[in-house]
Amino acid sequence: MPIELIREKYAGAINTVEIGKSSSPNALKIGGQTGLPFLFDEGKMPNAPIIAYEILDCPPDDWPENLKESYGRVVKNPAKWAKACVDNFGAQLLCVRLESMHPDKGRRNVEASIATLKAILSLSAVPMIVLGTGDDERDNEIMPRVSQALKGENCLLGVATQNNYKTLAATCLADGHSIIADSPIDINIAKQVNILISDMGYDAKRIVMHPTTTSLGYGMEYVYSIMERGRLAAFIGDRMLAMPFIVFVGDEAWKTKEAKEFGKVQGINWEITTAVSLIQAGADIIVMRHPDAAKSVKRYIDWMMGKQ
Amino acid sequence: MAFSGLDIYKLLPKTNCKDCGFATCLAMAIALAQKKISLEKCPHISAEAKEALASASEPPIKLVTIGAGNSKLEIGNETVMYRHEQKFYHPTVIGFLIEDSMDEESLGKAVAGIKALKFERVGQQIGADLICIKNSSGYRNKFLTAVRIAEAMSDLAIALYSSDDQSTLEAIEICKERRPLIICGEEKSQEAFIKLAAENNLPLGLTCAGIEEAALATAKAKAGGVNEIVINLQEATPSKRIQDYTYMRRLALKKNFRPLGYPIIAFTENPDPGLELAEAVSYMAKYAGIVIMKNTDKEYVYPLLVARQDLFQDPQKPAQVEPKVYEIGKVTKDSPVLITTNFSITYFTVASEVESSKVPSYIVCCDAEGMSVLTAWAADKFTAGTITDILKRCGIEKMVSHRKLIIPGYVAVLSGKLEEASGWTVSVGPREASGIINYLKNWNT
Repeated sequence: MPIELIREKYAGAINTVEIGKSSSPNALKIGGQTGLPFLFDEGKMPNAPIIAYEILDCPPDDWPENLKESYGRVVKNPAKWAKACVDNFGAQLLCVRLESMHPDKGRRNVEASIATLKAILSLSAVPMIVLGTGDDERDNEIMPRVSQALKGENCLLGVATQNNYKTLAATCLADGHSIIADSPIDINIAKQVNILISDMGYDAKRIVMHPTTTSLGYGMEYVYSIMERGRLAAFIGDRMLAMPFIVFVGDEAWKTKEAKEFGKVQGINWEITTAVSLIQAGADIIVMRHPDAAKSVKRYIDWMMGKQ
Repeated sequence: MAFSGLDIYKLLPKTNCKDCGFATCLAMAIALAQKKISLEKCPHISAEAKEALASASEPPIKLVTIGAGNSKLEIGNETVMYRHEQKFYHPTVIGFLIEDSMDEESLGKAVAGIKALKFERVGQQIGADLICIKNSSGYRNKFLTAVRIAEAMSDLAIALYSSDDQSTLEAIEICKERRPLIICGEEKSQEAFIKLAAENNLPLGLTCAGIEEAALATAKAKAGGVNEIVINLQEATPSKRIQDYTYMRRLALKKNFRPLGYPIIAFTENPDPGLELAEAVSYMAKYAGIVIMKNTDKEYVYPLLVARQDLFQDPQKPAQVEPKVYEIGKVTKDSPVLITTNFSITYFTVASEVESSKVPSYIVCCDAEGMSVLTAWAADKFTAGTITDILKRCGIEKMVSHRKLIIPGYVAVLSGKLEEASGWTVSVGPREASGIINYLKNWNT
């Protein structure tokens, strides 16, 4: 009995964003899909979701032991840490959080942090996401300097928020970086930040959205549904929501007591489950922390993409 | 999917005979669509039209009940593709596979392991729902032994998975009171299983190679008198499965396509435990009514159960934490006291920042019906009155020797009234949780 299927064919597509020097063989593309995740009979998914390994520009002081031990001694040296992610775990993308410059974390000077970034770049040839400290005032001081130092590397820099986007957008525009637009689990604000940034003359097609990340068991479903809503709106033609999504799964999952206090295996699975759920909702870049969780999710993506 | 007046009109005799009391058939059809009158008003309606209209009032995805008493499970009857459209109604049943090729001792251990998967989280009991016994050995006696052990040792719902109807019939006798789901493993045994399910009034699982085969099989089962059906699709890849699950849900909801309007049962395939977990989460998110896992390690099952709580949370009803005092770190009589609402995300955000500050503190959650700080304030749920009330009731006044309360910066306006009502000295904290670390580090009694 031939069944007449209902295929959802959308007019809109998600923007394709490139990260890394386009001359480099390691440059990456994300986004570009024309349908919901892994529904290959209905839409295209030209670029698989990609995992970014999260590292810091200083040794982590508040990472749980179960997480830290997975990297061993290299966490003391960010450049070696980055290299271990690439060489030992196959990282294709790094996410460096500039924690050391935070006013509460020692307020390291920007030259020292830039030197760390350069050292990472010289040891690892993969594309890079760079996140500020999260303190608006400090980020507006440091990010223009960081951006300039990375000029030509085509990084993804973050984060721009509704109340603090101008400095970062201007500097990304000047130095040719892509930008992360952050919003607090609110589809309207997500759209608003994208509009504000593009109103500054910044190409909307270079924006990657962070809809906020929440961990499994701590409101994950809010992000899941915001992402689904955003995606569906983009597919039916809302160009100001047609940006790929980035989610910071490792950071959120490893804050929970379920990940920290009930043994390493459960912690890893907490990170895997959060990642997989958000991939099913449409995540394009998944920033992760535990290499075992990242490896499992990478294999999952390959399997879903038909590469395994 | 409800019929429109015009859809109904097409099924009426279109004679405008007025026997129903309406001037035209169209007028009657519109009244029917609005559910103002019943179909019996029309004395000339054909049997086919009657059946079509009656079935249109049934839910697009059949509600299926497995188990009885405490182990009763309901799946199906879903109404939307995406949870934000309304909600997902019936949480995916999470079951575990037991293969009867094991010896008795291992069977006992396996059942005990499944039984032990019980947890409490945010006031809800979560755990394994079902044991699926598969006749992998091919032997009848081994199958019956496994069913006997599962039935005797646990009170979970049972699914019987076999290709042999005689074995299944004898297995049903063992656990009939449990109202088991019987799953037919092969297409060639379908007819015998349809008979078995109809005679015993049991839900039936049909294993099919694809959705077209599934539509044929359910039509046969329905004709054979089986009402409650679940579909087990055998697919080459997990992405093909998710694609077909999506097609099935969409056809049922958007076209009221009956032959696929049944819940789905998904068996995990990947032998790697991490990937099996990922696979199970994916099937749960994308429309499986039942997921059957192999691995019973709690470090894998617990995250899956929590993911189910999250995805099946009603989007209209915010997740809440219990309104009470929470202790963060090694608190003393001099530790700071912060107040916030009982919206789970608000609380978790505040708690996480307090923890990062490494300043042991008390957080008091006020019952604000799960609203965030500003929303609750605007809705009069987070006021001097409600805060005073929780301060008196929660026991914090005995836990600390001081009377200093930190309130969220957004509700600074409450300070005066709150001091008057509660007798506590109010300090205005940061507006955003991200400011808490700094704030607490500089706090002193």
